[in-house]
Amino acid sequence: MEVTDQELKIDLQKQGVLMTSLNELYNWGRKNSVWPLQFGLACCAIEMIAASMARYDLARFGAEVFRPSPRQADLMIVAGTVTKKMAPQVVRLYNQMAEPKYVIAMGACAISGGPFKQGYNVLKGIDRYLPVDVHIPGCPPRPEALLHAFMTLQNKIASQPLTGPARPRHLRAGAPSEFSVPQCGPHGLVPPSNPAVWRPPTAAQAG
Amino acid sequence: METLEEICFRIKTALPAARVEIIPNASPCGQRSLLLGREQGLAVATFLRDDPQLRLDYCSNVTGVDWLEPSLPQGFVQSPSSAGLKKEAGEGLGESGTGCLEAVYHLFSMAHKNGPVVLRLRTENRLAAVRLPSLTPVWRSCEFQEREIFDLFGIVFDGHPDLRRLLMWEGFQGFPMRRDYLVADDFECEPTPHGDVPKRMSPRQGCAEVIQKTATADPRV
Repeated sequence: MEVTDQELKIDLQKQGVLMTSLNELYNWGRKNSVWPLQFGLACCAIEMIAASMARYDLARFGAEVFRPSPRQADLMIVAGTVTKKMAPQVVRLYNQMAEPKYVIAMGACAISGGPFKQGYNVLKGIDRYLPVDVHIPGCPPRPEALLHAFMTLQNKIASQPLTGPARPRHLRAGAPSEFSVPQCGPHGLVPPSNPAVWRPPTAAQAG
Repeated sequence: METLEEICFRIKTALPAARVEIIPNASPCGQRSLLLGREQGLAVATFLRDDPQLRLDYCSNVTGVDWLEPSLPQGFVQSPSSAGLKKEAGEGLGESGTGCLEAVYHLFSMAHKNGPVVLRLRTENRLAAVRLPSLTPVWRSCEFQEREIFDLFGIVFDGHPDLRRLLMWEGFQGFPMRRDYLVADDFECEPTPHGDVPKRMSPRQGCAEVIQKTATADPRV
């Protein structure tokens, strides 16, 4: 929306006239009914549960309805350590979710492998296989951090245009909504990452 | 509760063929353990459970130990020695006969409310002869823990009802808790902003061969 339109809108609101656009209304509805998938992988899940309880009250953001089925969920909170044995199931659950769908990688393990990064059995970040929208550091992150991630995600949803080249994935017909499920190989996951989603960081030499 | 010497004596009285030895413990806790021979391990375990004065009817924990160097405290496995300590990971492979794998059982008596008695069983070596008798027929609680030891250390338990990998997936090669195990896709193999990481990577170039060796030495592959 144009800047002048924003000012006009604010002026009109002062006079008691509510103006909106279809885009805003659509995104307002979407961002206030993000239903997470009900699953936890490790101790971060305890903080996620705490965030949904009365003290932190995730219901304020319209996200209290943790769905036990991926078909009914909009948001996957990867809360905890993703082992290599579990990673194919996590990707498969994501594939089973209906568009539009979002991913929050919660905690050090989910974003990078965390303290288990050098181990033999832990995936070094779920962003190797899934398009992550919000990363939360912390071990585990406090519920406030998860709320902040939620608000970040809401801002992201609210800023998505419905038309044009920058429109989100679920409004583009050719965009993929499923991502390849890795296989358990003799030493680790095959392939070790999905090149369509993640590329290894290039070494940046300090100048 | 009887002392370990009394238990050892009674085992030898009841089962004259059994090899039992007391392993001293120099650490502050000083908890000693019984090293059993492989052949009579099952018979001795049955005796310990069924003897009315011992009644060690509960196995609380089973774990594995990888003795990489021939620096065993005392035991049946004769160490060739003179090889020296192997500091570099992966170098301990190949020399069969050095070191062994060990399963450790912690027993308690629920009937007499005492314990623990620690049992040890050692394999012949680390590569080819890695078989031990399973004590699952004696204590049912050993089942998953022996599977875990098989999964992570590669000890094959004879007589186990369902010996499969437990934590790692089927088709995984190698035994990660062995001390010479090297992770295949080590995180350092990725370029990072730190300049010294590729340098530290260089002594691990032989990574792939070592894993090949481990895979071929696996008796079940």
